[in-house]
Amino acid sequence: MKITFDWLKDHLKTNLKEKNLLEQLTNIGLEVESVENLSSDNQLFKVAKIIKTEKHPNADRLKVCDVNVGEKELKKVVCGATNASEGLITIYAPPGAIIPKTNTKLEIAKIRGVTSYGMLCSESELNLSDESDGITELSKKYEKNIGKSYFSKSKSNLIDLSITPNRPDCLGVKGIARDLAASGFGRLIASKEKKIKFKTKQTLKVKINKEKGQGCSAFGSCLIKNVKNTESPQWLKDKLISVGQKPISAIVDITNYVMLDINRPLHAYDADKIEKGIIIRNSKSGEEFTALDNKIYKLEKGMCVISDNKGVLGLGGIIGGTRSGTEFDTKNILLESAYFDPRSIRNTAKKLNLDTDAKFRFERGIDPLSIETGLKKAASLIQEICGGEVSKIDIQKIESYKTKTINFDVNSFENIVGFKISEKEIQRILTDLGFVIKKEKKFLKLTIPTWRPDISQQIDIIEELVRISGYDKIKTIDPIKDRSKSTLTQTQRLFHFLQRAIASKGYLETITWSFTDQSYNDHFRETNKEIKIVNPISSELGVLRNSIFSNLIMYMSKNLDRGFKDLSIFEIGPVFTGSNPGEQKTVVSGLSAGKKSRLSWIDKERNIDLFDAKRDVVQTLSEAGYDSDHFFIDSKTPNYYHPGKSGRIFLDHSKDKVAAYFGEIHPNILKKIDIKTENLIGFEIFLENLKLSRKTLKDQKLKFSVSDFQKSERDFAFVVNKDVEAQELVSVISNVSPNLISNIKVFDVYEGENIPDNQKSIAISITIQSSEKTLNDKDLEKINNSIIEAVENKTGAKIRS
Amino acid sequence: MSDLKKIRDEFISKLKGKLDLAELNQIKSDLFGKNGLVSSQFKKIGIIDFSERKKFASDLNIIKDELQDLINLKINEIEKANINEKLEKEKIDVTLPERSFVKGKIHPVSQTIDEISSIFSEIGFSVEEGPDVENEYNNFTALNTPDNHPARDMHDTFYLDDKKERLLRTHTSPVQIRTMLKDKPPFKIIAPGRTYRSDSDQTHSPMFHQVEGLNIDKNINMGHLKGCLNYFIKEFFEVKKIKMRFRPSHFPFTEPSAEVDIGYEINDGKIIIGEGNQWLEILGCGMVHPNVLKNVKVDPTKFQGYAFGIGIDRLAMLKYGINDLRAFFDCDYRWLNHFGFDPLDVPTNYRGLSR
Repeated sequence: MKITFDWLKDHLKTNLKEKNLLEQLTNIGLEVESVENLSSDNQLFKVAKIIKTEKHPNADRLKVCDVNVGEKELKKVVCGATNASEGLITIYAPPGAIIPKTNTKLEIAKIRGVTSYGMLCSESELNLSDESDGITELSKKYEKNIGKSYFSKSKSNLIDLSITPNRPDCLGVKGIARDLAASGFGRLIASKEKKIKFKTKQTLKVKINKEKGQGCSAFGSCLIKNVKNTESPQWLKDKLISVGQKPISAIVDITNYVMLDINRPLHAYDADKIEKGIIIRNSKSGEEFTALDNKIYKLEKGMCVISDNKGVLGLGGIIGGTRSGTEFDTKNILLESAYFDPRSIRNTAKKLNLDTDAKFRFERGIDPLSIETGLKKAASLIQEICGGEVSKIDIQKIESYKTKTINFDVNSFENIVGFKISEKEIQRILTDLGFVIKKEKKFLKLTIPTWRPDISQQIDIIEELVRISGYDKIKTIDPIKDRSKSTLTQTQRLFHFLQRAIASKGYLETITWSFTDQSYNDHFRETNKEIKIVNPISSELGVLRNSIFSNLIMYMSKNLDRGFKDLSIFEIGPVFTGSNPGEQKTVVSGLSAGKKSRLSWIDKERNIDLFDAKRDVVQTLSEAGYDSDHFFIDSKTPNYYHPGKSGRIFLDHSKDKVAAYFGEIHPNILKKIDIKTENLIGFEIFLENLKLSRKTLKDQKLKFSVSDFQKSERDFAFVVNKDVEAQELVSVISNVSPNLISNIKVFDVYEGENIPDNQKSIAISITIQSSEKTLNDKDLEKINNSIIEAVENKTGAKIRS
Repeated sequence: MSDLKKIRDEFISKLKGKLDLAELNQIKSDLFGKNGLVSSQFKKIGIIDFSERKKFASDLNIIKDELQDLINLKINEIEKANINEKLEKEKIDVTLPERSFVKGKIHPVSQTIDEISSIFSEIGFSVEEGPDVENEYNNFTALNTPDNHPARDMHDTFYLDDKKERLLRTHTSPVQIRTMLKDKPPFKIIAPGRTYRSDSDQTHSPMFHQVEGLNIDKNINMGHLKGCLNYFIKEFFEVKKIKMRFRPSHFPFTEPSAEVDIGYEINDGKIIIGEGNQWLEILGCGMVHPNVLKNVKVDPTKFQGYAFGIGIDRLAMLKYGINDLRAFFDCDYRWLNHFGFDPLDVPTNYRGLSR
């Protein structure tokens, strides 16, 4: 909502300064978005006199003028106007000025070989009038103003307020003045209604159809005959220009003025173009009309239209139609002032994607009792400016407005707000805001002003009172440092632990969008449902991600393109399995590219591989409290991993839920998205699949026990078929004598010379230790034999001698 | 001259010569080995005449000590010389680079969330969460923003179906609804998380982060709200004093509602929070609307309280001098490295929020 202090003063008597005004507006909840001085730009336009004109050497229709702009030297300006002649006083725009009509900035330019320093302006170029034939001609009176700015400097700044959607009353200058007055900023000037002589009857028949979903509950109108629509008088033009509106014609300007002044939208029809009478009805499906924005709208069933015998004239409360619009030659007008239901307005405007000043106001709720006030105010102005005879006012209604009351308990204020104001002050504020108060025994009975559709219950009254009293009066009650419930749940703690554990292994944490490019998502979607966003910001962000990889790989690729080769990134966040609330999982997902020890003088350079990722995952899980000795690992992984170079981890042999995947990203995907790296390794840890221990950390710690008896380390090498996994051997060995075998470590795998073609040798170091005695050679021999026997029997391995 | 003195003199003179480690060990063994000269003398003690035995034993011990000490001294000298010689050869250029290491980082948004949680933890808030996909009821209707309410225009919503029933939550406020439906009052929670609006330019990103706060109890009023936020802002920006302004505003789910501005000034191109004459809007808040409480079956005549919503990304930008919101989600290695935090820098109450 744009206002000026000057306009406010039409309704507000005050001696306070604009600076105070700006503060006060914000303090009472009418936030000042910006303040600008419109006139600063047009101060460049100067009164000037043409001293001499010459024909342009290279163009017949152009003249080169020497112009006195109040400086020592005359300016050379090229001009094409026929009326540019010696002695003419006109308006000069220097280089740097912005021409209001075209919004273009002037520059020193060569016109057909002659340099022109600025421009002489027509009235239309300055938005003074539509006169574009020739340059502005000023009277001799301006002789003394040569060199001075043509436009007078406006005293009033344009103040742009951000009015919250609950305050339609403040979409009129008067409403703002009322709020200010209630807060002690000046005094509200009572509006004077001008007496008009209503000579005739309103002869145009108006009917509101009583039908289901009728969006119009009251329609007021009056006919004004024999008007002469002209340009608006200067005061009215100035007023509209001062808030950034463009004057059009007196009748349109007056309706706009009344709307801005008291938030009463009106519409003027050319009465002669209305066929018989006005019918307000629901639209039929497929009806069409051309609106004042020169677009043709095709209507759906049930929209509130103003129509006549021939068809739709306009969309009630939203936009009028060209068929019945007023023009300069309009003689008889019908002035409309109606009440439209906010829901109906909003539905229609949304379906047709239409936004107008009237729609903005009606959807927020117009004062239903302003129908007559608005008509009178506009009619008297029209009569004053355009002449004509005003008919009596006709108001059709299908339901009548009932005033609403609230019982307000004055004690409730302190209870919510924390400080107290006197009942007297309460009454004063509410009265100033337009409430009618009746004092009852235990409460105040308040009649809500008709312009306040936002107020319906006690809490709304409290809001009014604290807003007007000032939020600065609210005390600051310091919080008490007391905690009765733990801040994070166990799952949340695990989330934070995993996040920092992965980061501590050299991964940069990223946060990427929850949506992604469908083509990237498809690589990682597997059998998941694609979840489309109906209205995405762009087609590349059209689906919710089924995997974090889709985004990570995209950003990994971007970083590689930036020239970084060795990089590890990760994200912890949601992936989506369906489009219902809760159909999401929390995943920690990491990607690494490039080499380890690139360009190292000391270590051997190698490609990053899946065992790097496996280490990061296993170490992280183990740090988070899961015993890696119990992990079960196999090679069944989703298709986006390299089938032979990836694995999944279960927390134990029950293989209940997959705790994590790790491995190389499938080479086909790398090829398709053309990512430039030697290698790309990824992992995913599924937070929800990690069982939470019911024990706290202090209960989880096992009793500390170590054996001081001598331990013995033995190495074994088994030859097994190639498809036998190392884990199998380890698992067999760990079951041989769990009390005596304290550690099993695979330290070598060998294929090649001395080993049959389809076999491999696995070397394992086993630590044997008893907690009861030092084992003697005989004992050890016995265990060795059982280990060999068990491995050979269960895995088909042969001990290598 | 006794045997003992002879042995002594002979070996003392031997030991004075230049000897290597092997020669010394040979001497040691000649003297103290199983059948060494000194060792065999000790065996004599038992058979010597009683009258001389005491003196003999004493002389023998003196000689033994003397020779032993001398040998040890010599050995030590040689070992020391050997080590010195070895050290001389082993000198390496320590200015060569160490084995390479990589530093991981925590994203500034994650760090900020942890800072926020740490601050609110102190005053008794616990952390709640809700899903990113919400239904229309939790995101709007239950929050007193019925269909066709103009306030819905302020939220450019991403929808997941044509009926507009499922959507990406436009704010963290639906967590209020979920929390209150799940439990019984009192409630004292914060809910940080991802939020979405179909808006994208320099200062708007289609995804951003908010933290919701909710405190419902029997006697919570606007003074508590002011005190809580004043405390939070001071702690978060790690300043002693903060210039803060509560301004009336409107949100459908709170009444009365306020927007909170903090004072700032720009000094040498750097923003200084808490001072100066400029105001910066950082959050919205208010007393939870009775209609919202009714919607979640909490009796508004018995319980009341406040709620607030803060933009996390915005807070991080202000605190850490980050200019561009879009960069948060661009994953530029250089940016993450620069603005990221060491994973060991966990914000806590006792060690402080930041270094």
